[in-house]
Amino acid sequence: MKIIILGAGQVGSSVAESLVSEANDITMVDVDSKRLALLQDRLDLRTVVGNASHPSVLVNAGAHDADMILAVTEHDETNLVACKLAATLFNTPTKIARIRSTEYLAHPEIFSTDNFCVDFAICPEQILTEYIEKLIEFPEALQVLDFAAGRVSLVAVRALKDGALVGQQLQELRKHVPNVDTRVAAIFRKDRSIIPEGDTIIEAEDEVFFIAAAEDIRTVMRELRSMDKPVRHVMIAGGGKIGKRLGEALEKDYQVKVIEHNYQASERLAGELHHALVLHGDATDETLLESESIAEMDMFCALTNDEENNIMSALLAKRMGAHKVIALINRRAYVDLVQGSRIDIAISPAQVTIGSLLAYVRQGDVVAVHSLRRGAAEALELVAHGDAKSSHVVGRKVEDIKLPKGATIGAIVRGLPKSESVFGGNLISEQGKISRESDSSVQVIIAHHNTVIEQEDHVILFVINRKMIREVEKLFQVNVGFL
Amino acid sequence: MSRLFAVVNVLGKMILIFGLTMLIPLGLALWNDDGAGWVFEESILITMGCGLLMWLATRRYKRELQTRDGFLLVVLVWSVLPAFAMLPLLFYLPQLNLSMAYFEAASGLTATGATVLSGLDALPPSINLWRGEIIWLGGMGLIVLAVAILPLLGVGGRQLLNAEIPGPMKENKLTPRIAETAKGLWTIYASLTLACAIAYKWAGMDWFDAVMHAFTTLGLGGFSSHDASYGYWDSPLIEAVAIVFMLIAGVNFATHFLAWRGKSLTSYRYDSEVGWYVVIMLISCVGLALYLWFAEVYADPLTALRYAAFNIVSVATTTGYSNTDYSLWPMFVPLWMLFLSGFCTSSGSTGGGIKMIRARILYQQVYREMIMIMHPNAVIPAKLGRSVVASRIIQAVLVFLFVYTASIAFMALALTFSGLNVMTAFSAAVACINNLGPGLGDVGPASTYAVLTDFQTWVCSFAMLLGRLEFFTLLVIFTPAFWRK
Repeated sequence: MKIIILGAGQVGSSVAESLVSEANDITMVDVDSKRLALLQDRLDLRTVVGNASHPSVLVNAGAHDADMILAVTEHDETNLVACKLAATLFNTPTKIARIRSTEYLAHPEIFSTDNFCVDFAICPEQILTEYIEKLIEFPEALQVLDFAAGRVSLVAVRALKDGALVGQQLQELRKHVPNVDTRVAAIFRKDRSIIPEGDTIIEAEDEVFFIAAAEDIRTVMRELRSMDKPVRHVMIAGGGKIGKRLGEALEKDYQVKVIEHNYQASERLAGELHHALVLHGDATDETLLESESIAEMDMFCALTNDEENNIMSALLAKRMGAHKVIALINRRAYVDLVQGSRIDIAISPAQVTIGSLLAYVRQGDVVAVHSLRRGAAEALELVAHGDAKSSHVVGRKVEDIKLPKGATIGAIVRGLPKSESVFGGNLISEQGKISRESDSSVQVIIAHHNTVIEQEDHVILFVINRKMIREVEKLFQVNVGFL
Repeated sequence: MSRLFAVVNVLGKMILIFGLTMLIPLGLALWNDDGAGWVFEESILITMGCGLLMWLATRRYKRELQTRDGFLLVVLVWSVLPAFAMLPLLFYLPQLNLSMAYFEAASGLTATGATVLSGLDALPPSINLWRGEIIWLGGMGLIVLAVAILPLLGVGGRQLLNAEIPGPMKENKLTPRIAETAKGLWTIYASLTLACAIAYKWAGMDWFDAVMHAFTTLGLGGFSSHDASYGYWDSPLIEAVAIVFMLIAGVNFATHFLAWRGKSLTSYRYDSEVGWYVVIMLISCVGLALYLWFAEVYADPLTALRYAAFNIVSVATTTGYSNTDYSLWPMFVPLWMLFLSGFCTSSGSTGGGIKMIRARILYQQVYREMIMIMHPNAVIPAKLGRSVVASRIIQAVLVFLFVYTASIAFMALALTFSGLNVMTAFSAAVACINNLGPGLGDVGPASTYAVLTDFQTWVCSFAMLLGRLEFFTLLVIFTPAFWRK
C-alpha cells in the first residue's frame, strides 16, 4: 500500500515504524527537516519537507496515487484541511485524521464526506485514557482490550500462586467456573510464548491472556490470582491532556488527586475538574506525596510528558506505599527496564494508540487491532465475508481453519449491525457504548474447536507473533476467482 | 464642575418625567374627589418646574455620560427624587415634618417599605396609590441599576454577572444598549405587576388595593394601604398570591428576561442563585413552621405553616408585609428571618441585602480555606456552578461584606447613641440597610418608625440609601479622588 503520513511526531513515527516493517510504501511529511532526516536514517521511507496542508506538498509526497493518508500532525486544523484536500484534489480512498480537541469530536457530522471528508478520526489521548480507565476498573489486570464495541474483552493477567487454577491443567478451568465461557488465548512464561492446550499447566508468574465477555472478566481473573480490593483513591501525576481527561473520567466514581507542577496549568485544571483535588507541586517531591498520604492510594498514575520523571515518581510512589503504580513510558528500553519489577504497569502511548490506526491499514475487513507485548503480538477483530465457496473461513469449524501455529481464534461476535463494523469500536467511543445498549440480537460466542463461523461474523484472533499477520489476512480475504 | 453639571442635566430630565408620573394619583384624586387633588397639582408644578430649570440651566454642559458619571447620577437620582416624592405627603399631612416625609419617600424609592405613617386606612386613596407607585418606580430603577448599571460600575464584585446578562456590559459608556436592556426588563416587570394585580383581585381584593399592592409586591417594598397590612384581609388565598409574586420578584429579572425571550424555563436552571434561593426558603418555612408548632405558638401545624411561610417569605425577600405581629414569636424566629433578609434575594431583583450570589461566593471561600488548611498544595478556585470566579471578584466580595457589616455596626451604634434600645437600634439598622422595612422592638411590624427622633430618622434614611446603592456607589462620591480630574 502507498501511505502518506503527515506529521513526524511521536504517533507519526511509531506508526511509520510498524508500517514499514509490513512492506508498505511510506512517505512522511513534516515541516521539521531534522526530524525527518532522523527518521530516514532509521527507517526505509521517503520524506517530504513542507506544510502538510499545502496542495503542492501533498503532490510532492505522491498524493495522486496514494491509497491512504494519515494526518497525524499536532494541529487538528492541519489534519482536517489535509483530509479535505486529499478528498477534493486527489480522491484518496482512505483518509484518517488525528483529532485531539473534544470540541471537534463532539460533532462527528463535521467529518462526513460533505464536510471534511475524514473517514476515521482518532484521538490518541482518548484511547489512552480509556485504556488506563480499564486498568483502574480491573486493578489486577495488566491489560484489558475491548472488541466488538466493548462486548468482548481480551485480558492479560499475571498468575499468582494463590490463584485457584495455578498449578493445575488448563482444562480444569471449566470445572472451576462452569457457568462462564472463556478461552485462554496465550500464555507467556519468562517472555517466551506457550501455546495453550488442554493439558498446559499454569504456573505462578505466567502472563495469561484470556478472552471473555466483559461481565465475566472478574470471575475468570479470580481463578488466576487473588483479587485486590476495588480502587477508591487514585493519584494522577501530570495534569496535561491525558491527566485532565483521566481526571474528568474518574472524578465521579473515585477520589482523585491530580498533581501538576505548572501553577497556571494547575489553576486551569482546577477550573475544569469539579470533584478532583488539584495539587500544585512536583510529583517527585516526597514531602508532597507524604502529606497527601500516598500510602493510602490504590493507584498512582504517572502521566507527565517527561518519561524519566514518570519513572522516578512511580518508583518513589511505589516505595512510599502506593498499592499499584502505572507510568507512561515511550522508550522501549525503559519499558523493559522497569516493567514488572517496581513499576506494575508501563504503558507505551504509541503502542496503545497504534492499534487503532493499524486497523485501517490492514487488508481485509479489520475492525480493531491491539498491539500486545510491546508490538510483538497482536490481537485483531476481523469480519468474515463471502460464503463457504469463496472464503477459507466461513462455513468451517474452527479446528478446520488452516491458521498458522500461534494464532488462536478466541471469540466470535455474531449479529453486529453493519454500520458498526465500519466505524470501529475504538473510534469515537461514545457511539459504540450507545449502540451496545440498543441491540439485543448480538451474540458473543467463545470459540471452541467445533464452533462454525458464519458469514459476517466478527472473529477475534490472537496472534503471538506479528509475522503471521500476513497469512491470517490472506485467510480472511474473499477469493476473487469465485466471485 | 462640568461633570456635576452634565449629570444634573440628565437628572433634570428625569425629574421632569418623574413629575409626570404624579399625574396618575392626580387623576385618581380628581376622579374620586378624595380631597387630595390640590396636593398633587402643586407637587407637579414644583417638581416639573425644578426639573425644567435644572435641565435648561445646564443645557450647555450636555454630553455623553462616562462610567464615572454613573456613580454621581445614581446617587443623585436616589437622594434627590425622594425630596420631590415627599411633596404630596408633606402638603397633605401638615403634622409630618421634613425628616419624616423624606424618610417615607426614600423608603418608597429604595423599595424598603419602612413607614412613619399610621392611620393608613383613613388616608385618601390617591395618597396611598402614590406611596405604592414610588415603590414601583423605585423597583423599576433598581432593576436597571442592578442588572445594567452596577455591573458596569463594577461595585462589590457585580461584574461577575457580566457573562450572564443580556446586552453588552463591556463598553465604558452608558450607551443606548442599556436602554434596550431596560425596555426588555421593564416589559417583564410591568407584565408581572399586571398579572399580580389581577391575581389579587381574583383572590378577593378590590381593584384599588389590588393595584396598590401589586406595585409594592413586585417592587419588594412592603407599603400597604392598611395599618394591619395583610392582617386586614386575613385570607390565606391572598397571602398565597403574595408569596408567589414576592418569590418571583426576588429572582434576577435578567433570568426572567432570558426565560421570556427563549420561551423556556432552562434559564432558571442555569441561574446560579435560584436553586439556593428556593431551597433555603423551603427549609426555613417548613423548619420554622415546625418550630412554631412545637413551641405551641399555633395549635395546628397548617396554621403555623401559613403564618410562618407568609412572614418568612415577606421578610427574607425584604418586602416587609406581615399578617401578624411576628415580633411576639419566640425570639429565634424573627432573628432568623432578619438573618435571611441579609442574603436571600438574587442580584438583579428588587430585593436588598448582600444578594445570594455574594453569599455563595463567601461560602465557597470558607470551604476553600478549610481545604487549603488540610492540603497546603491544593489549587482550589472558587466556583459558581461550573465557572471559576476570578480572585479580583472574590476580593471585591470580601470587602463588600466587610463594608456591609461595618455599616450595620456603625448605624446600630449611631442609633443606640441617640437613645434607642439595643434590639430596636440593631434591627432598625439591619432592616434599613437590607431595605427590608419593619424591624423588631419599637419599630416592629405592629408599630412604625414614627417613634424615632429626627436624627434617628435621618440616620435610617441614609442607611436605606447606603444599602440600596450597594455602599460603594454612595461612598465613592465622598472620596476626594472621585472629584479630581
